[in-house]
Amino acid sequence: MASAQLQVQYTDLRQQSETAQLGMWVFIATEVLFFGSLIWAYVVYRTAYPLQFRLAGHDSVILLGSINQVILLTSSLTMVLAIRAARAQRQRQLLDLLLLTALLGVAFLGVKGYEYSLDAASHAVPVLDFLFKPGYRPPAEMFWTFYFIATGLHALHLTIGIVLVLILAARAARGAFSRGYDAPLEVIGLYWSFVDTVWLFLFACIYPLGRSLS
Amino acid sequence: MSAPAAEPVGPYVIAWLVLLLLLGVSVASAYLPIGAWHPVMSFGIAATQAAIVFLIFMRLRGRPSLKWVFAGAGFFWLFLLFAMSAVDYFTRSGYPLRP
Repeated sequence: MASAQLQVQYTDLRQQSETAQLGMWVFIATEVLFFGSLIWAYVVYRTAYPLQFRLAGHDSVILLGSINQVILLTSSLTMVLAIRAARAQRQRQLLDLLLLTALLGVAFLGVKGYEYSLDAASHAVPVLDFLFKPGYRPPAEMFWTFYFIATGLHALHLTIGIVLVLILAARAARGAFSRGYDAPLEVIGLYWSFVDTVWLFLFACIYPLGRSLS
Repeated sequence: MSAPAAEPVGPYVIAWLVLLLLLGVSVASAYLPIGAWHPVMSFGIAATQAAIVFLIFMRLRGRPSLKWVFAGAGFFWLFLLFAMSAVDYFTRSGYPLRP
């Protein structure tokens, strides 16, 4: 029952949910700084070596990056619709939307994995297998280092998100989220959409680069 | 007890469509010969998309309004990080390099 979910230090479920959300926003603030420092390093080196970054960025696969952005934006929609379903006590819809969200996350990782295989096939893996293409100088390798570190960290965050959403789905299947108790959904939903937001900026860092080079 | 009415789905779907449209604009602008405006376009669009995700999908506009302080704090510290780092890098002699 809903009341069984209320912890002793809160007056009601709403206060409990709002407190949990504020806690997640604090965590998101630390994540903003985490990815922010990474992007700042990118800004410094892109400003220092603009042509090299454009040449290297031109070799990233913009089609797959765009497909992945569509997948993630759609998963944010399904996540927020899942929370909406929980509020309206539509348990079946809640479960379906959570599973769809996790599935979209897995699809993102699948596309990303395929993209990594293409990058590896074109010898764009720094340190392990990096081929200096015509016009490439050492800063081009720096771009690809950023690419793998940033997208790898993002994929790690997304993997954690998928596990969390699947845990939510398992709880939803047991009817844990009756009206009034939705704190875990709200909190994981915030995390999920934040990871989506990180991808928006990584996309801007990586894929549009050098497309207008002849 | 009857199930409560669900909130309207329209704003979420509209936000999603606008986000996809902005992705299209971002990709299309990457191929335009706009020179130094490329990073302005791509990061400007990313920031606009992020604002939509924060406001609509992460419901920053809803209760509790204290969320604004918590969310704002992260970006304030990010601003400090960028500003103080920029003071260093962009005042170094010989920077940016032109290889």
